[in-house]
Formats: sequence, C-alpha cells, structure tokens
Amino acid sequence: MESMEIAGKVRDRFQEEVLDICDFHGQVGIIVKREKIVDILRWLRDSPDTKMNHLMDLCGVDNKKRQGENLLRYEVVYNLYSIPLRHLIRIRAQVPEDDASIDTVTTLWCGADWHERECYDLMGISFDGHPDLRRILLPEDWVGHPLRKEYPLRGREEWSGLEKLQHKVVELQQFGAGDGIMRTGTKKLQAKGGKKS
Amino acid sequence: MGEVKESDIKEPALVEIADGVKKIPGVNAILGPLNAIVNWGRAGSIWPMTFGLACCAIEMMDAGASTNDLDRFGIIFRASPRQADCMIVAGTLTKKMSPLLRRVYDQMPEPRYVLAMGSCACSGGVFNSYAVTQGVDTIVPVDVYVPGCPPRPAALMQGLIKLQEKILQEQFRWSQWR
Repeated sequence: MESMEIAGKVRDRFQEEVLDICDFHGQVGIIVKREKIVDILRWLRDSPDTKMNHLMDLCGVDNKKRQGENLLRYEVVYNLYSIPLRHLIRIRAQVPEDDASIDTVTTLWCGADWHERECYDLMGISFDGHPDLRRILLPEDWVGHPLRKEYPLRGREEWSGLEKLQHKVVELQQFGAGDGIMRTGTKKLQAKGGKKS
Repeated sequence: MGEVKESDIKEPALVEIADGVKKIPGVNAILGPLNAIVNWGRAGSIWPMTFGLACCAIEMMDAGASTNDLDRFGIIFRASPRQADCMIVAGTLTKKMSPLLRRVYDQMPEPRYVLAMGSCACSGGVFNSYAVTQGVDTIVPVDVYVPGCPPRPAALMQGLIKLQEKILQEQFRWSQWR
C-alpha cells in the first residue's frame, strides 16, 4: 500500500487525533496528538491492511527552530515498516514543552525499550509506563539533555566524573608519570599537583 | 695434527647488533653497557595494549595485518594491560570512557608508554563538544602523537619508530617502587 493511502486510513480511523499529514518527496508523515499514540500504533500493527509489525526507529525531535502550525516543542517520531506487506509510514507525535512525556510503546514492541531510553537521555522526554527509564548513553549522573536546542555545544559545566578523574590524575603524578606530555585540567589543578617529571 | 701457531688463534670478532650492543659469534653472550642492552631489548619488543575506540582502530588493525606487519618490529598486540608496554589510544575518547582509559593505564607495569593515534586522541579533533575529552593527554601522559584522520598504517608505523627512538635514548629508566 502507498504511504499516502495508509495515512488516509489512519485519518479516517482516528479523526480526532490526526492533526496533519505531510508529504515530502514521497515520504509521508502523520502528525498526531500524543494522547492515543499507543492506540494508533497498536491499530497500525494489528490491522490486516497495514500489519506494521516492525518498529524501525523511534527518536525525538526538538521543534524549537521549526516552522509549522501544528508543531509543539518536541515530537517523538515512530518509523514503522511492514515486513509482510513491505510498506512504511512515519508517525510524529507532538509533545508539549511544559509536560514532556508520552506513553511508552514497549508494550507493543519490547525493542522500543532502549530507543525510548536514548530519547529520554538526549532529549529529556519521559515515557510513562517504561519499565526501566534510565540514561543509556551518557553517564548516570549527567546533568541536562544535550540534544535540546538550548543546551550549549560544550555543555554548561564539566561532568563531575571527569573532574574527579582529573583530580586523581594530578594526585597520581607524584608517583612519576614517565616523561610523556601531560596537560591536566585547569591552572588551579596544575598548581595543586605534585612534582612533574 | 700440526703444531698450532700463535698467529693462527684469532680474537673472537665482536658484531655490533645495535648502537652500543655487541654480540660474540658462536657464544651465547652480548656485550655492552647495561643501559644500551636494556633499551635495545625494550625498543625491540614493544607490546602494545590495543585501545581501539573508533575508526582509527581499523587502521591500527591494518598496520598489524600482513601487508604492513608490525610483528617484524617485535610489536605484538596484547589484549591485557598487564602484559603491555605501550598503549595505542586509537580513536575518539569520550568523557564517559576516560576513567576506564586511566584505569587500564594504571594497570600497565612500568615502563609504560602512550601513543595517541589520530586527531581525536591528540586533541579531541572536530569533536569539540560536551561529550568528548579534548585530548588523551589530559588523562594520561602521552609519548608520541600521530596526527591524521585517521592516520594511515605507515603513519602509525612512523609513530612507533619514533617511540623506539625515544626508548633508545632513555637513561636508566628502571621501574619505580609503588
């Protein structure tokens, strides 16, 4: 089935939920509200017409610098594919800034687990009902969500784990660090450090 | 059996096998200053700890494969830091990985050397961002920097030869008490 046809079916089935259907060079995306996202995806997965049994990807997007009347601050994008019927569709669920959360789809595809953790880690969108919502890429004591547009490229502050490590490195220098070249942290740290060999 | 004349007895000729290190042919012995012999031994058997982190690791593997063949320099990759003399940091070091790099370095016995391979290991490279350590020399002391993105196997070999030259110039670097 063509993607546009699938999008039409979804709009007929979930009239209240679908905000818009956009088409870019044959890639069709359905912009939906977040409330019934699990129902929409379950219907797409189980309907005999669509059989979208494969969740190709799940990711988050920050819409801060994007133009569009139906867009909220964040969105979660689900790329679905049907292995038996060989067609695909993209669902874009809008998530507001003041309550960045959406229902989990791990109940439909258990493989969504790590994708949702990644989305939570980097974009700060929490997934209600997720069995184990922890950071997956960044260290667990990291502050902030780096893929948000307001997050500066180099971060606001140094990660505490790296600062701890640099203190340890300076401490270990007194035991002889060979004659390799060493650049440790700040000047304050260097002044505090032991003898240099 | 004729009489052996004094002029027939020849002094055993010493063969110089490295700068300052001599070998007596037919006898299981080498002669030279201890420093020269130790440095010669170390320079000829750099066993690197592989720390492949990114695409540079592919070039490192290629340098170890048969076309370039690091084995002919006595360079044999080890998977354990406790058997290694040198750590080749090949690739982008993220901040999350940094404590582990330091831990592996701390497990290596003296004398130990670090070779930073590629732009990312030297300085962070293009990844001047929140997640990447800006050069492994902020974490461990670096002996040789090999630039390139990634460096070709020949560049890595050049770096290892530079490391050999450095080792050969060392003066009495013995292991320190810990």
